Amino acid sequence: MRLSDLPKGAYAVVERVEDAHADDLIAQRLRDLGFVAGEQVRLVACGPVGADPLLIQIGSTRFALRRAEAARVTVQEVA
Amino acid sequence: MSAGSLRIALVGNPNCGKTALFNQLTGGRQKVANYAGVTVERKEGRFSAPSGRVMQILDLPGTYSFDAASPDEQITRDVLEGNYPGEAAPDLIICVADATNLRLHLRFVLEVKRLGRPVVLALNMMDAARHRGVTIDVPELQRRLGIPVVETIAVKRGGTRALVERVDGDLPDAPPALPDDPASRANLHDEVRELMAATVTMPRATAVIDDVLDRWALHPVFGVLTLAVVMFLVFQAVYASGKPMSDLIGRGFTWLGEHTAAVLPPGPLHDLVVSGIFGGLGTVLGFLPVILVLFFFILMLEESGYLPRAAFLLDRLMVSVGLTGRSFIPLLSSFACAIPGIMGTRSITDPRDRLATILVAPLMTCSARLPVYALLIGAFIPERRVFGLFNLQGVVLFALYVAGITGAMAVGWVIKRIRRDKSEHALLMELPSYRLPRARDIGIGLWERGAIFLKRLTGVILALTVLMWFISTFPAPPEGATGPAINYSFAGHLGRFLQHIFAPLGFNWQISLSLIPAFAARETAVATLATVYAVSGDAQNGGLAHALTGNFSLASALSLLVWFAFAPQCMSTLAVIRRETNSWRNVAISFGYMFAVAYAASFITYQVARLFV
Repeated sequence: MRLSDLPKGAYAVVERVEDAHADDLIAQRLRDLGFVAGEQVRLVACGPVGADPLLIQIGSTRFALRRAEAARVTVQEVA
Repeated sequence: MSAGSLRIALVGNPNCGKTALFNQLTGGRQKVANYAGVTVERKEGRFSAPSGRVMQILDLPGTYSFDAASPDEQITRDVLEGNYPGEAAPDLIICVADATNLRLHLRFVLEVKRLGRPVVLALNMMDAARHRGVTIDVPELQRRLGIPVVETIAVKRGGTRALVERVDGDLPDAPPALPDDPASRANLHDEVRELMAATVTMPRATAVIDDVLDRWALHPVFGVLTLAVVMFLVFQAVYASGKPMSDLIGRGFTWLGEHTAAVLPPGPLHDLVVSGIFGGLGTVLGFLPVILVLFFFILMLEESGYLPRAAFLLDRLMVSVGLTGRSFIPLLSSFACAIPGIMGTRSITDPRDRLATILVAPLMTCSARLPVYALLIGAFIPERRVFGLFNLQGVVLFALYVAGITGAMAVGWVIKRIRRDKSEHALLMELPSYRLPRARDIGIGLWERGAIFLKRLTGVILALTVLMWFISTFPAPPEGATGPAINYSFAGHLGRFLQHIFAPLGFNWQISLSLIPAFAARETAVATLATVYAVSGDAQNGGLAHALTGNFSLASALSLLVWFAFAPQCMSTLAVIRRETNSWRNVAISFGYMFAVAYAASFITYQVARLFV
């Protein structure tokens, strides 16, 4: 599933980050920030309007990602 | 080794406490400027090590990775490699990492190490790490990294002693330079994982206090309410403390001008000193308290970590009008004054979003418009109730505020439509741990902002003020002239010329004339109108209001109100746009679009109002 489809409060493990187009700097940046296979993430909070942006915790860091950014990350939800 | 000074570069991820460390090392001895040709801030400072050696230290912009194309990160990389023109390669790099967030920060440490230059790693925020039960095997980390590792607490006196001693000793050997290619970069995360497993234990990933605070601060209902309350309080504070101080400074300079004038013989020099120099200085310095009070709160919000939370809550709304969550605070500041608002856009990391914010910021109704609004509304809008509830005058004032906000939204939306770069720009914003702001960091931040304002702007604004004085004073009225002197000056001629342009908006030549000094400072339009209508100025606003109602129509008054809501004013704002974007083109765009919008809106207002009244 995509990180943007994760329910609030749920944990997941990153599978990969997909490029939305060739030379996708945003996808590259996500990888640099630690969105790489095997990392655990959690959806901490959602913005008040349209549940956008998303607050994702990875390691000890929280990142605010817009839905379009989070949709680049494929994850496996952890029960 | 005491000969010569050592050039040190300070690098690290954003939010690693680098600036606090820089402040702790250098105290107030810093120089803030921009890198040539770009608006990336260049901060340099110096301190003397115990050996007596002078350390020159350069605080580079916070960087997550060398890979991305942002101007900050490009400059950071070029400076470290010694490739930046006019910037000598540093002798030593201090790489700062937050000890509570090593999983993210160690990756950048590894990137810096691959440059193959002497590096020292400063494990910062060791106090917070210990408090959270994080333990780090420093000797093992140092052995595995192959570079010296020292612990620092940037926010504590003496918290940087170990770092200073290490830097003052012999230069560490440079680690081997490694090629930078995508394959080896992908391995960096594996390296970090190994390092973390071998040297760091963490009882839990985040601080309990952050989790609790964020549950409230980011709550869809309570979070938004909290934000509203915080902003309301900031705004109140600006009006309650900044505005009276500004007025006091203005009055102080008027007084000073009058007393200096008393010793000067009457004549052009006399007027230059009184209205040109002291009047202009009073106007410029009058901005300072508002700027400082606003920046005090912005810095508090920034240092405490709340600012990114506010941006998180508002991002979606701002994106729909072509801006970003981070635009919110600068735009809010612009309600007091566009100058600190535009200077505050530095917290917007994306250059495109930053420019869009700068372009719409002057549309927010700043406090300098209020005297003009008050005069015109008081003179032309009857004081009566509408719907049995609201005061009509209040409704008009409110409508002018709304006009500014909707205007800004519309302009943002149009910019989004017409700009050539339609690519997706990321939010990708880190929400750092909450921190108690420290007086020293706030103080240094305020001093920097105040100095930038005074040093960079006073010259331009003062020159323009003197020019304004010149065209309103010369040539002197001919012998036997009866009208006010300004009628015969260049400004008077200009006013009559401008009237041809502004007649479709319902402006007579007196109003057109008052728009010239209003360009220097909006509130002076009131004083100018008082002069040309030869009524005794501000003491008798009632008299001026009477003169106005006798001389022009309600339709003209409404048109003028709308003009002030959108017009390209004041020149201080345009000067700060020039300074912050480093481009006259952006100044021309701001001026041009605001002139067009103001002209169109006033034209429609006047022509429609004429049909009804």
